[in-house]
Amino acid sequence: MKNSLGRFVPHGFIPYESDEAYLKLKRHTISKTLSKNKDKLVSSMSQLFDILNIKDGMCLSFHHHLRNGDGVLNMVLDEIKQRNLKNMVLAPSAIFPVHAPMVELIKSGHITKIYTNYVNGPVAEAISQGFLKDLLLMDTHGGRPRAIESGELKIDVAFIAVPTSDKDGHGHGISGPSACGVLGYPIPDLYYASKKVVITDHLASDINPKDIDGNYVDYVLKVDSIGDPKGIQSGTTKPTTDPIQLKIARQTVKLMDALGYIKEGLSFQTGAGGTSLAVAQGLKKIMEEKKIKGSFASGGITYLLVEMLEAKLFEKLYDVQCFDLNAVESYKKNNHHLFMSASTYGNPLEEHPIVNDLDVVILGATEVDLHFNVNVTTSSSGMLMGGSGGHADTAYGAKCTIITTNLMKSRLPIIKKEVKTITTPGSSIDCIVTERGIAINPKRTDLIEKLKDSKLHIVPIESLYAYAIKMTGNPEETKMTHKKVIGVCRYRDGSVIDTLYQV
Amino acid sequence: MRRSLLFIPANQPGMLQNADVFEADAVIFDLEDAVFASEKDAALELLNAFLDAIPLNKVEVMVRINGLDTDQGLIDLKHIVSEKIDTIMLPKANLDVLNSCSDILDELELNYQMLKRISIVPIIEDADACFHAYEIAKHPRVSGLLLGAEDLAKDLEVERTDASFEIFFARSQVIYAAKAHQKDAIDTPYVSTKNEEGLILDAKYAKSLGMNAKACIHPNQIDIINEIFSPSKADIEQALRIIKAMDDPNNKEKGAFSLDGKMIDKPIIERALKTIEKAKKYQLI
Amino acid sequence: MMIARCGTIESNDCLITVQRQQAFELKIDSIVFDQFGKQIEKVIKDTLTSMGIKHIYVHIQDKGALDYTIKARLITALKRLEKTHAS
Repeated sequence: MKNSLGRFVPHGFIPYESDEAYLKLKRHTISKTLSKNKDKLVSSMSQLFDILNIKDGMCLSFHHHLRNGDGVLNMVLDEIKQRNLKNMVLAPSAIFPVHAPMVELIKSGHITKIYTNYVNGPVAEAISQGFLKDLLLMDTHGGRPRAIESGELKIDVAFIAVPTSDKDGHGHGISGPSACGVLGYPIPDLYYASKKVVITDHLASDINPKDIDGNYVDYVLKVDSIGDPKGIQSGTTKPTTDPIQLKIARQTVKLMDALGYIKEGLSFQTGAGGTSLAVAQGLKKIMEEKKIKGSFASGGITYLLVEMLEAKLFEKLYDVQCFDLNAVESYKKNNHHLFMSASTYGNPLEEHPIVNDLDVVILGATEVDLHFNVNVTTSSSGMLMGGSGGHADTAYGAKCTIITTNLMKSRLPIIKKEVKTITTPGSSIDCIVTERGIAINPKRTDLIEKLKDSKLHIVPIESLYAYAIKMTGNPEETKMTHKKVIGVCRYRDGSVIDTLYQV
Repeated sequence: MRRSLLFIPANQPGMLQNADVFEADAVIFDLEDAVFASEKDAALELLNAFLDAIPLNKVEVMVRINGLDTDQGLIDLKHIVSEKIDTIMLPKANLDVLNSCSDILDELELNYQMLKRISIVPIIEDADACFHAYEIAKHPRVSGLLLGAEDLAKDLEVERTDASFEIFFARSQVIYAAKAHQKDAIDTPYVSTKNEEGLILDAKYAKSLGMNAKACIHPNQIDIINEIFSPSKADIEQALRIIKAMDDPNNKEKGAFSLDGKMIDKPIIERALKTIEKAKKYQLI
Repeated sequence: MMIARCGTIESNDCLITVQRQQAFELKIDSIVFDQFGKQIEKVIKDTLTSMGIKHIYVHIQDKGALDYTIKARLITALKRLEKTHAS
């Protein structure tokens, strides 16, 4: 069957209807599971598997705060392999190249189903090539807590990597050799999984803050190392020096200004890539000149946002993950730098998710189409290389969603008639900023009105598309006939917004 | 009336395709110093094909050909002249080379039945050219002079410095020669592309001496150059006030009038008109 | 060895190698082969036709070059090939 965006939805899944359909859903959560265990320390992963009686077909979950330096998921994979467990379901909030050992287990049927919000690297390729025997279910950062708290995504064991923990499972991420800062993503796992295990490389006492509440933790395993600090801190880059990206960043700041968003009380979110950082830098400069104080910046926190907080350009930072050590330090010391769980961040069923308070969010895209639908999940050939993460959540919540992108990348126009995979629907997307002009979603007549006397180069998206095609020529469409379904992209409310196919 | 001119290596397709993205007033497609000797043939072919295929967005199109003392220079000129370009930038310029270039352009424009008249920006990059800047600027095809300080320094056998005393005389020569003939005085590029502070100081200094534009070798320099060589907000406001006062019936009859205790006479009025013309051109008002 | 080349494997460029031989042969390696393979072939064939060249080996290593770049690099490579013959 087809959903409201005209995309195929496999049998057994709810088709996407609209970005407001969640309003009809009632929030009901299963009960939070406290632990009755007093003696939580275990001596090895093997002992853990024995005690927990981890069997074929169970669902194991993980968070991705250790990013491409994560060691914990691979430790568990090792144990699965050794015990020859089959048909395991994994629910890591994100998968990185460091998780390459998963490929073998996928091919051999040890792992047959995966829930995640983002996947990149060898695992992404293997899944795209059709090796996962069951399906890949992709959620958003806000949709995953929704799925977990409702019981829809049933987790048997949550493996929670915690940089510093005591023997009772109280812990945090701000100290220890593998310090990674805020631990926003594992909170739903901590509350709602049947069994919860803390894996740490740094046992301590007097834990403060108790970002991980040991009352929910069943077992604690100390290992030599939970991850590689270099890989953990791979989140942030530097602001771009590429002249094209800089132009896009400059135009983005000018657009925000022209739309009247750069004013007292501004709430703002941007990513950690080179262009996003250049936008943040440009915004910082103009806020300093105009002596403006924003209300908050949110999301994954980088050193630039910390600088803005310290310069009192924002009242608060709401942090769901730290992208670098400056962010970790700031969270540690500054009581205006606040913890935010994944649910508080973007769960559509939360009463007041932070994303709904955003004025402006700056996001990227691998493809955009003429309906303003955005793809951040696959390349234009359909190969998995990302996932929504917080994209669909922030795009919905923010008053103004701005996508920054080159018009073309190596002869391939970024603007298409139809994107290969819809991650975020066009109804959530307001502006596309390219080096050749800015397109505003025609539905946003209010923004178009504000820009009518602007000197910015505002053009219909069809013009940008036509310009790109004129330069590159018309790309041949890759035929998608008789392709095997390998997974689905789920929107925040759990409905299927698009299907993923084998390449 | 340019402010910024961006050098673009002609043999790099990625750079050609983005030439008009950067809001420079003019782009200079460089067939000379930015291209290896063995690739000059490839560069010319590529630039020609590019200009034929890809329309450029409201920017002045200049081409720096190879010196006319070389075979390649003559080949460049013969093959690049078309309605698609506006200006030839002439390296190692002197009066003879300038006159040759103009003669060849006369011939080509006739043969190609061109409607457009190609202008020339000679590059003053040796001591001799410096001395003859006045005569060079006088030539009717010349629309501006560019100072090429790096090569000039080699000719003078001196080091280029940020303080730039060594090129003070050359800058003055270019400025006075250009202004005497109402042509553009274009300052030499600032080559430390990562040094933003240094660029600002250099550009402001050049402007204060009388340069009205500056060439650059990296797109990240353009915004700064455009800002410095544009009339400031204050200048524009003042110019508008002067023009408004001029239209006042009380002031219209007099040759000069008073505004804010200062005497406003013909030169000041003309300067105000020029400022407004520039402001309109650069879309500042 | 009657071989000549022009271009680079930088982004947005292509490296074209041409060699004299008795038949026509075209080898295309492109990062956008799926989307533009046919178009690349057309540009190369049209250019060869316009220059009256039939018997040639052409190898293009393409990194997303637009049509004008492919055409220019091919023409220069062929002109260079002419020169090797002349000398």
